[in-house]
Amino acid sequence: MIEIKDLHKSYKMGSNTLHVLKGINFNVKEGELVAIMGSSGSGKSTLLNILGMLDVADSGEYRLDGIHIKNLNETKAANYRNKFLGFIFQSFNLINYKTALENVALPLYYQRVGRKERQEKALKYLEHVGLKEWSHHLPSELSGGQKQRVAIARAMVAEPKVLLADELTGALDSTTSYEVMGLIQKINDQGNTILVVTHEDDIAHMCKRIVYLRDGVIVEDKEIEQVRASEYVQ
Amino acid sequence: MRFFFDKNTWQEIFGSIGKNRTRTIITVIGVLWGIFIYIALAGASKGLDNGFERNFETVAKNSLWAWSQRTSIPYAGYKIGRSLRLRVGDAQVLRNRIPDIEYIAPINTKGVFGGEGAQVVRNLTSNNYPVYGYVPEIAKMATQKIYDNGRFINEEDTENIRKVCVIGERVQQELFEKDEEPVGQFIRIDGVYFQVVGVHKFTRTTPFGTDGDIYIPFVTFRNLYNTGDNAQFFTIAAYDDADVVQVEKDVKRVLKGIHRVHPDDERAFGSFNLGEIFSRIMGFARGITFLSLIVGLATILAGVIGIGNILLISVKERTKELGIRRALGATPNEVRSQILLESVFLTMLAGIIGIILGAGVLSIINKMTEDNTDFPYTNPTVPIPLVIGALLVMVVLGTLIGLIPAQRAVSIKPIDALREE
Repeated sequence: MIEIKDLHKSYKMGSNTLHVLKGINFNVKEGELVAIMGSSGSGKSTLLNILGMLDVADSGEYRLDGIHIKNLNETKAANYRNKFLGFIFQSFNLINYKTALENVALPLYYQRVGRKERQEKALKYLEHVGLKEWSHHLPSELSGGQKQRVAIARAMVAEPKVLLADELTGALDSTTSYEVMGLIQKINDQGNTILVVTHEDDIAHMCKRIVYLRDGVIVEDKEIEQVRASEYVQ
Repeated sequence: MRFFFDKNTWQEIFGSIGKNRTRTIITVIGVLWGIFIYIALAGASKGLDNGFERNFETVAKNSLWAWSQRTSIPYAGYKIGRSLRLRVGDAQVLRNRIPDIEYIAPINTKGVFGGEGAQVVRNLTSNNYPVYGYVPEIAKMATQKIYDNGRFINEEDTENIRKVCVIGERVQQELFEKDEEPVGQFIRIDGVYFQVVGVHKFTRTTPFGTDGDIYIPFVTFRNLYNTGDNAQFFTIAAYDDADVVQVEKDVKRVLKGIHRVHPDDERAFGSFNLGEIFSRIMGFARGITFLSLIVGLATILAGVIGIGNILLISVKERTKELGIRRALGATPNEVRSQILLESVFLTMLAGIIGIILGAGVLSIINKMTEDNTDFPYTNPTVPIPLVIGALLVMVVLGTLIGLIPAQRAVSIKPIDALREE
């Protein structure tokens, strides 16, 4: 589903250049649930942004569902984001004057889906995340966990190839975090490919594979069973 | 087109407007004020225009008056300061020599230019009123409004030297009882009985008319006051397409020839050119219309710039939201169109409210001034094409000004927009 070869990314910080990604190589198969872990500044969010076509790599190769993602103009990038990707953000990023239903329906609007169909689908996905009864509430009337569930429904409603979650439990308490991750696992069980950026071990351990980043390079890439086995040995 | 009719698009616009309600209202007032000023000024200038038209409607706008004075240059053996007298026969000469003259009428008066008016008596009531000796042609130049089954002086009155008169409203009020029919009654003018044939409403048929004027046939006036062949002045109406200023010059030139006056003697004959005054007034009214157009458009422009300003701030505040939308698949064009539509919507909304308010105020002013005939203001209207034109200008300006915040909205990378707090 995702193929990355020798990905590099630098940022200019005044007169200095900050080399954030230093040759990332990594593949994700369809239906995988991958955690990208690393400490602050390791480059995990930058990697996720490049995967989400919100940012562009300086060099290297990125293929998404067989399509070579390179030199995209903003319109094409927007269309690809809409068609292939669903985003879940740490701060939920819901539009505060829209109801839960309207927020969830928004990606479909940009797919030119008719209003009735948009609402039906949005309601279906809100039901998936257990928030059908809250569909007409504004984000300000929802708890953190509920907001993140709405964000998950919004990420899924357009039925993307890949879900990208950036610290999706970062703003939630531990109980709610597990609930949300349980939902993510459930979605993954239905065959969706999901990448979760996190710095929390227990969240990463709820994924099927963990990729560790340090100083812009992948230092470890293991299936969860391997991770558990090595932890057991230690 | 889908974009314009989608509920989400309008939700977005109303959401944005609702979030910054106070600032939006203040900004809308900016444009609203602009179009209101434009409509009020354009309507007021049209009202002024109509008012002048109304004040001049009772008299031919291409008319002039000419009278004789004293010479100021000696000529052909005559000394300076010779007193000139117009003769009735001059009228025919003028008509023959100046083809642009449509009507010419000699007029004699008593009590109009100084001196006492005629003593008019009815029963035990008497008063002094100005008396005019009129020919029937006057009616063609100045539309007298006769009422109470009355009429104006006609050809038969002239031919038969009838002792008939048309009295003014004030004369009627002062000499007759309130419910008394004056037409057919007799009044005594300077000792001679005249039958009232009509009552005229006061209309400014000459620059010196009043509602106390009494009109009698020119020939009857001649016999009553023994004016012989003399005429105090001529009232002249030129054809509609004639140059009245040139007619005025020609009249003086011909009169100088008839009365052997030096061609350069400017004081020998006096004149009052209503046509020229009218065109100056109408020119002034046109100037006011033009000025109101410029001021109105400038005010609209200022208001539209205000809308551009609020949208710039709004885009800055909504940077993160726009980032979210773009992450969810909004193309730059969709974001741009949304901001533009907001600009156009606000401009249109303000414009329509401004037009309604402007029309309301004009209607109130019209109601307040419609009974005041002395005030040159009536029926203030703004032509529909001008209103539509103003709306179009607003939409175009709103679109152009909206392009600035719209461009700013799409110039930010989605990733930077998402980082914005």
